[in-house]
Amino acid sequence: MVLTASFVAILFLAVAGYGMSRSRAVSVAGGNLARLHSRPSYHGTYSLLWVLIAGIATLLIVGEAWALLNERIYFSIIEDARPGLAQIEKQLILSDAHQLARGGIASATGEVRTALAETIRVMDTWRVVVTAILSLAAAAAAAALTFGRIDADWRARNRSENIIRAILMICAIIAILTTIGIVLSLIFETINFFGKIDWQVHKFLFGTTWSPLSGVSAGKLDPDKVGAVPLFAGTFMITIIAMLVAVPVGLFAAVYLSDFASKATRAWAKPMLEILAGVPTVVYGFFAAITVAPAIRDAGNFLGLSVDSSSALAAGTVMGIMIIPFISSLSDDVINSVPQSLRDGSYGLGATKAETIRQVVLPAALPGIVSAVLLGVSRAVGETMIVVMAAGQGANLTWNPLEAVTTVTVQIVMLYTGDTDLETASGPVFALGFTLFCVTLLLNVVALRIVRRYREMYD
Amino acid sequence: MTNMRMTEQDLQDRETKIASRGVDVFYGATHAIKDVDIDILNNTVTAFIGPSGCGKSTFLRCLNRMNDTIDSCRVTGQILLDGDDIYHSSVDPVTLRARVGMVFQKPNPFPKSIFDNIAYGPRIHGLVNNKAELDEVVEKSLRRAAIWNEVKDRLDQPGTGLSGGQQQRLCIARAIATAPEVLLMDEPCSALDPIATAQIEELIDELRQDFAVVIVTHSMQQAARVSQKTAFFHLGVIAEHGDTNQIFTNPVDKRTQDYITGRFG
Repeated sequence: MVLTASFVAILFLAVAGYGMSRSRAVSVAGGNLARLHSRPSYHGTYSLLWVLIAGIATLLIVGEAWALLNERIYFSIIEDARPGLAQIEKQLILSDAHQLARGGIASATGEVRTALAETIRVMDTWRVVVTAILSLAAAAAAAALTFGRIDADWRARNRSENIIRAILMICAIIAILTTIGIVLSLIFETINFFGKIDWQVHKFLFGTTWSPLSGVSAGKLDPDKVGAVPLFAGTFMITIIAMLVAVPVGLFAAVYLSDFASKATRAWAKPMLEILAGVPTVVYGFFAAITVAPAIRDAGNFLGLSVDSSSALAAGTVMGIMIIPFISSLSDDVINSVPQSLRDGSYGLGATKAETIRQVVLPAALPGIVSAVLLGVSRAVGETMIVVMAAGQGANLTWNPLEAVTTVTVQIVMLYTGDTDLETASGPVFALGFTLFCVTLLLNVVALRIVRRYREMYD
Repeated sequence: MTNMRMTEQDLQDRETKIASRGVDVFYGATHAIKDVDIDILNNTVTAFIGPSGCGKSTFLRCLNRMNDTIDSCRVTGQILLDGDDIYHSSVDPVTLRARVGMVFQKPNPFPKSIFDNIAYGPRIHGLVNNKAELDEVVEKSLRRAAIWNEVKDRLDQPGTGLSGGQQQRLCIARAIATAPEVLLMDEPCSALDPIATAQIEELIDELRQDFAVVIVTHSMQQAARVSQKTAFFHLGVIAEHGDTNQIFTNPVDKRTQDYITGRFG
């Protein structure tokens, strides 16, 4: 509460600093604003930025560092009261004490917990109050310093632009570091998993039996039961089916929208298609499981084929429908961006509309279309909800699209839901996740290369 | 640029290729072209000059029905190509455009190889029977457009990699390759530097031997250099048309006089 209040107070200080610095700059100019090196609003911005930086940085750093320090003190208190406890039990006592200090309900009560809760309440109050005072002081100091430096030659614009540039850079770095962190954790957990199957990596990549939790013993997994080929094959088959549905339909829809539809038709048809992209995948999922899969089974039975109640065909078809708007919308954009002058040139030579589209417009738009298709593929590979609901769960190695198959994403979901031991399950899950990541990365790299090659040719 | 100054007798001997009779063009409610009568002669370069927005490009695009691609555009009156009305319902604009080729203001090579750019027209119209004939047509067209020597070693390279002037000559070669009877050029040099412009102008003069050429230009010097006939457009009407010599040396209409002496436009 106190910290939230001081955060709000810092915001107020920042706004006040902006206003004061701005009007100070105006008065320094003495009626001739052109005298100032920087516009008054830049003086205000410079002040605002420093107040925010000083206040919030103090708030976070002092508050967090103090909290960490307090935790260590609490642990040593527990150690004194109950020597020789395991770390996990100490953590339990501490979290109970935190609950009690907040007036909540603890899992157990006792003298140690009650005493610790009292200590926490006192020390935390100190921490909060002092942090709040310090951060407000820092913010006020920043306001005073920036206010004091204002004169006609003060380069507030350059300085505030530098600060903003630094903020932008930090945001970019956060995104990059997060990516690196995720990749590293994937890699380390995958290596860890390979250790658990005695480094028989080939059995994971090329084995055909997937039943990872059935051969667990003493923290080791049975290398013969972690063969992921049925998963890769299932993913591959469903992706192919989805693309067979999505690419022709999406591309032809795009050609119709960009070159044949009247402006009025296009104005409502394109948003309609884009609404299709906004349907949550879970809706597609039960649509696939409840409507499409039984329909395919009935049609198959009518033709004398045996069709499983959940089949790769059903999941793939619905996934294809889900991907249509991505392909049509992106392709429509690139086809539209092919310059009218190329179309005119072709018509001027006596080409028909069909010849113009097939031989001039589509080749010119090809790089964009290829990247739209690859984007569709990486969505299909990573899609989860539809396949969980409609593709089946059995790791079944087959080329028959009428049978139930399973995919990489389905198995990740299966391993992490239900009554499984997360510690054991996380190995295969990370290995599968890492494989998925590698495939999508490869697709993106290939897409970029294709696009770049055609760009060089056509620009 | 030899033989530019022809006698009146020369011009009168030539037959009329395109005849326009009472042509009006409307863009929605805008009356862009009003009652235009003009004859385009065979083996002659006809220049359309006039201030911006006077309708010369619009009229040019009527001659091969390129205006059909604009929904709001409506053309009335008669345009006769060899005596047949090109706006008659039995005429297919696609075949018409094969007979009346067009070169645009901005060079617009297709994103294909130089060879495929030229081969595009002959292929879609089935003008050739085999690869050898196609090779021949491509080489002949590139030679006619005076660009063969510059590109003969890189026919498989993209046409978009050429310089602006080369691209425009490539587009002219592409238009020639479909063996048209008339060549329409919509400010073909406005995106080019003076050297490339000189090359194109020289080329236009040579093309006259085989085609009727119609060129829209903003440059009066260019019109005087390359054309034998000139039409001066003003606010959607032809204010004056006749021999280029006469238009530039002894204009009859006051507006023409004002324009060519630089008093407006």
